[in-house]
Amino acid sequence: MTSQTGTWVYGVTDSPAAIRRDSLDQLTGVGGGNLHLVAAGGLTAVAETVSLDEFGETALRRNLEELSWLESTARAHHRVIDALAGQVQLVPLRLATVYREDGNVRAMLAEHGPELRAALRRTANRAEWGVKAYADEPAAARAEAEPAGRRKAAPESGAAYLRRRRDELAASKQGRQEALASAQQVHAALARIAADARLHPPQSPELTGSRSAMILNAAYLIDDQHAAGFREAVDDLRNRLPLRLELTGPWPPYSFADAAPDLQ
Amino acid sequence: MASCPADRPGQDRPLADRVPAGRAPADMAPAPDPAAFPGDRIALVDLLDRVLAGGVVVAGDITLSVADVDMVTISLRALVTSISALANHQPLDAG
Repeated sequence: MTSQTGTWVYGVTDSPAAIRRDSLDQLTGVGGGNLHLVAAGGLTAVAETVSLDEFGETALRRNLEELSWLESTARAHHRVIDALAGQVQLVPLRLATVYREDGNVRAMLAEHGPELRAALRRTANRAEWGVKAYADEPAAARAEAEPAGRRKAAPESGAAYLRRRRDELAASKQGRQEALASAQQVHAALARIAADARLHPPQSPELTGSRSAMILNAAYLIDDQHAAGFREAVDDLRNRLPLRLELTGPWPPYSFADAAPDLQ
Repeated sequence: MASCPADRPGQDRPLADRVPAGRAPADMAPAPDPAAFPGDRIALVDLLDRVLAGGVVVAGDITLSVADVDMVTISLRALVTSISALANHQPLDAG
């Protein structure tokens, strides 16, 4: 071997026979290589041999800081998991789980068998759906955007300014509270349909490209047979509530791979 | 070739490159919006929510797992810890 290699693990399944042989050959992994299976104790990991020059600890620490590297790696990781999740029950592993060799993957499968099987049971015949809710532009922001010319033309007294400012802040606060109450309604309604739910931190406006604040960034684990009903419920909430709702999915059950300490 | 249209400079640029008539020069090059992926391409920020924070975390003789990395050191911490501004009114934790 010219350079040292490690084993990148995508996910674990207990039904590898359902994986189509050709899909393993056709899929390209994070390192540009082919995929192989590593089995132990009745569980099978989908893996790829990768160069430690790129995926070893030192290189990973550096590469994870590079947006373009992180993006292409995250997309390649997801492409493999998404393709296989359509064929078999597969529990995804956290991005950048790299073992020194296949033997260590077998040891991991044996050691973590119970929790991996529990995760497979929890997510069987279910998919993850993402729902993000955005509040309308706050009243305060609209007030700030008021043409400055008007104020210049008719300068207001100090008392008038303070009164206007107080009203703006009150309106903004009320708007935010209404938005939060609506988000609570969304989450309560969707969590009732879901087998499980997780709340992700809201994404920042710089990253979403949205001017309005994200007030809900949730993931729901939905039985495949309830997927249509879930989508209808999202549409219904969208029509009834003064929030902008974005639905993504179905996703492989990333957010539900680890057991929740308690149900949110 | 004789029919090469090189004698018409500026006529063969893609339509999208041309400045629309009547548009102020200041509007010529709006910053591209990195979050606006065309079609149904998955937004990177949604993907990172899941692959960096989700998935089974297994210990063992691994070289490194993202779980071991101090996420604050990742320059993309804005993506994964974008909450700071909103943490004070995160709506649903109390419920």
